[in-house]
Amino acid sequence: MQPVSATVGVVCFPGTNCEHDVVRALAAVGARGRLVWHGDDDLGDVAGVVLPGGFAHGDYLRPGAIARFSPVMGALQRFALDGGPVLGICNGFQVLTEAGLLPGALRRNTGLRFVCTTVPCVVASSASVLTGPLAAGTRLALPVNHGEGSFTCDEATLRRLEDRGQVVLRYEDNPNGSVGDVAGIANAAGNVVGIMPHPERASSDLLGSSDGIGLLEAFVAAATASS
Amino acid sequence: MRFQVVVEVRGRAGIADPEGQTIERALPALGFSGASSVHVGKVVRFDLEASGQSAAEQEAREMCDRLLANPVIEEADVTVRPAEPGP
Repeated sequence: MQPVSATVGVVCFPGTNCEHDVVRALAAVGARGRLVWHGDDDLGDVAGVVLPGGFAHGDYLRPGAIARFSPVMGALQRFALDGGPVLGICNGFQVLTEAGLLPGALRRNTGLRFVCTTVPCVVASSASVLTGPLAAGTRLALPVNHGEGSFTCDEATLRRLEDRGQVVLRYEDNPNGSVGDVAGIANAAGNVVGIMPHPERASSDLLGSSDGIGLLEAFVAAATASS
Repeated sequence: MRFQVVVEVRGRAGIADPEGQTIERALPALGFSGASSVHVGKVVRFDLEASGQSAAEQEAREMCDRLLANPVIEEADVTVRPAEPGP
């Protein structure tokens, strides 16, 4: 356990189920995770925000479609526009695309298969708060656990994301049919990132992989630097 | 005036529809060999109080743009008709 470097808000919607895993993983990299209820219209004094995985509002209509109208999302929009580091993991990624903070959308996996396994991923760009210190080409074993994780966008958007280094994480062996093998993307400024794999579930050798630690350390370092 | 609204949401052309493809592959196993272009979407039905037909259509269309469909991957058709008078 390291000395606490930053407080990170971890947003809970009804149906979120990875919030405690995230708080625990943040502690492992020296940050304090503070749960923020979706009904709060204020994030409080936090240096970064994580939207964890789960099934916000039961994934009704579409994953993230209802969550984006939660009171906390206004504060999150302002935090992101001010350059605050924001990470959406799995369902959190879906919420960020529905909220328009990230481009594209997440669709049903190819073959309608719910995937729950650890997959090899590659850092595709260092231009984000999640991958800053990691060299492109770094291989990471990360767990995925989703039924609607197939990243989709039009060709022009994908080309723009690729050209600007906004594709931050890629699957080596695409498990869900995502265009461009995309596992995670960032906004143009690099401070808002969404990824389908769960770094918090790869935060200890006891869990089978600690490859998520480097990502979380990078995120916490960015949060600490921005506060 | 009261209107019945039916919103049909479906994937945009060119967006993969794994559910539709799976159903299309399953149908011939039951002897339905002629089905093609199978697509799966969803239907949202509701009653809507509005000043008139065009106001109801406009409001329903706005609901589609802001919530019922995701314009990145989906299109929506809106059908509005006057509600049946109650008993």
